[in-house]
Amino acid sequence: MSSRDVVLARVRRALADVPRGEGPHDPPVPRDYLRVHGSRTTEETVELLAENLADYRAVVHRCAPGELPALIGRLLAERGARTVVAPTGLDPRWLSAAEVTVLPDRAGDTARELDAVDSVVTGCALAVAETGTLVLDAGPDQGSRRITLVPDHHLCVVRVPGQVVGSVPEALPRLSPERPLTWISGPSATSDIELDRVEGVHGPRTLEVVLLAEEGGS
Amino acid sequence: MSRSFLGMPAFPRAADVSTRDTRLRANLTHATRTIRDKRARAVAELDDWAGLRAAGAALKDRTLRHLDRYLEQLEESVVAAGGQVHWAADAAEANRIVTRLVRETGEREVVKVKSMATQEIGLNEALAEAGIRAYETDLAELIVQLGDDLPSHILVPAIHRNRAEIRDIFRREMGKWGRPAPEGLSDSPAELAEAARLHLREKFLTAKVGISGANFMVAETGTLVVVESEGNGRMCLTLPETLISVVGIEKTVPTWQDLEVFLQLLPRSSTAERMNPYTTTWTGTTDGDGPRTFHLVLLDNGRTDTLADTVGRQALRCIRCSACLNVCPVYERAGGHAYGSPYPGPIGAILTPQLRGMAGPLEQSLPYASSLCGACYEVCPVAIDIPEVLVHLRERVVEGGPVTRGGARVVLKPARGHAAERAAMRAAAWAFDHPGALRGGMRLAARTRRLHPRRLPGPGRAWSDTRALPAVPAESFRDWWRRTRGANGNSETGGVE
Repeated sequence: MSSRDVVLARVRRALADVPRGEGPHDPPVPRDYLRVHGSRTTEETVELLAENLADYRAVVHRCAPGELPALIGRLLAERGARTVVAPTGLDPRWLSAAEVTVLPDRAGDTARELDAVDSVVTGCALAVAETGTLVLDAGPDQGSRRITLVPDHHLCVVRVPGQVVGSVPEALPRLSPERPLTWISGPSATSDIELDRVEGVHGPRTLEVVLLAEEGGS
Repeated sequence: MSRSFLGMPAFPRAADVSTRDTRLRANLTHATRTIRDKRARAVAELDDWAGLRAAGAALKDRTLRHLDRYLEQLEESVVAAGGQVHWAADAAEANRIVTRLVRETGEREVVKVKSMATQEIGLNEALAEAGIRAYETDLAELIVQLGDDLPSHILVPAIHRNRAEIRDIFRREMGKWGRPAPEGLSDSPAELAEAARLHLREKFLTAKVGISGANFMVAETGTLVVVESEGNGRMCLTLPETLISVVGIEKTVPTWQDLEVFLQLLPRSSTAERMNPYTTTWTGTTDGDGPRTFHLVLLDNGRTDTLADTVGRQALRCIRCSACLNVCPVYERAGGHAYGSPYPGPIGAILTPQLRGMAGPLEQSLPYASSLCGACYEVCPVAIDIPEVLVHLRERVVEGGPVTRGGARVVLKPARGHAAERAAMRAAAWAFDHPGALRGGMRLAARTRRLHPRRLPGPGRAWSDTRALPAVPAESFRDWWRRTRGANGNSETGGVE
């Protein structure tokens, strides 16, 4: 008998008390928890996202549609970034004002090569206001998971309000489990030493978020 | 790595030592108070917490009651997404599978994400015997590993260490494992974290094999979920070519939607944050992103035995948030090592005896490592009635009874050492049925009270080793009542003469 059969047989014997007629969708699960906490206008939801991102030490910027290239250029210059990795599907205009060498997200590059890169600029799949979370789903403007992990500076652009949801229950239906997902709430952090929070251990030590107002939006 | 949880002394003996360690108690008191205050604030932000908790408990119960079907569905989904699934009936088999999988890659080093399941099975030790070096990459696990120590908390394994101790360990040990600690390393948490970053980065950038656990596995989609803070998890889950995840079968949840409950319950209960800094989900393998090979090792190791106990089964709902540790007055004073397992505190007191069986003195002592105050139940995000299970397990220790071990039904004998307790209880029952004898006995006890030893002789010694004997009053309540009120029954003032 394989271990698979052994374990499954043990499970079935252990569940002898479960009535035969009970299906895998029993017992009922009370779903009377809230879909979203509190009622907010669209502007207030974006405001809450900004607050919660900042509360977890992300640096938040806002800009109008035409201002993005200049803002990205300035933020990269302020950090002295010379090399930037960019996902293949990133809007090339975003980096048009930045005086940096742009490197593509290539699977063939080694992690060590990526380690030599100063910054990474990406979009996102969506952002969750209540928790201050950015979700990346490896879409064309986000690239592979490792490019937002190894460089020490991550600059992430969120289109507001279109990419902002209120809560975790609102986020999951908009995401595909088939794609690898990375949920990011603030920069890398640890509280392992006397529960003192320290930002920056293995992931990017600096997370900058640009809330980009959509055309005709707020 | 010579330390192991196996063969640890029973809880009372271990706690007798640890409660005298004033530095340990100070570290623990600071840490547990800090985190439980923060947690209370994080939970208070959600006014539907009770509803989320009920849904979390019900979802876990649903999964457990049909675990066979959900496991088959999970296996099918993982394989369809490009993963390979292995089943391990016990720790030895899981270790053999992982060792073989690592050997097949030709590698001799692996990087690890903090994982309770691999602690439980002693994977690092098994790999070491096979000549494979496992590097722990969570900061707290690194502190434990470098210090040749054992974890003492589910969330913060090095909670028993303060910053000065950590600096000393880093200075002394880092060079033996790789990049040494920077010259003049101070004990500021920021500098210590930076030293860990530098030390571990060279491991991350070259590692070909990563080993992890998982917080959740979604049966419907085959998705695995790891929540973490530092990014070491992301490093191990995405940079290596091969990823091996060892996960307890109870970590299954039915659907993708169900994560909406657990991703709200877990971070707030655990680190007291709205959301942990990083959550990674993956479904099989993805071309050009992350490991090319993914193995899932489904671990039983006592879980099906626990499932067979209809009272104790609820322990398998546990999502390893560690909230129960931080509110437990016994944990706060005794420290995590006294529990003799990677699962300390209240959840450990019910999980360890069930996973391992109750044959040894440690496992028999754990159901007594509690004051039954109920704080652990109040705080549990999936509403595990820990006191109920503790009392149930105490009954098994004292009375024996039917249990499942290795999948087979056996009848447990009463534990040795509890014969005296049972005899005492029988004697007490007799005495309460015979009021004359009880009265006589109490008077005799009162008259001889100056002669009473501080510890009981004979079979009562074990009991009084860990308890202060109650002082016998000069006069029993029954006698006092009779003398002051009982005689005429209408004394308003009562009082003492």
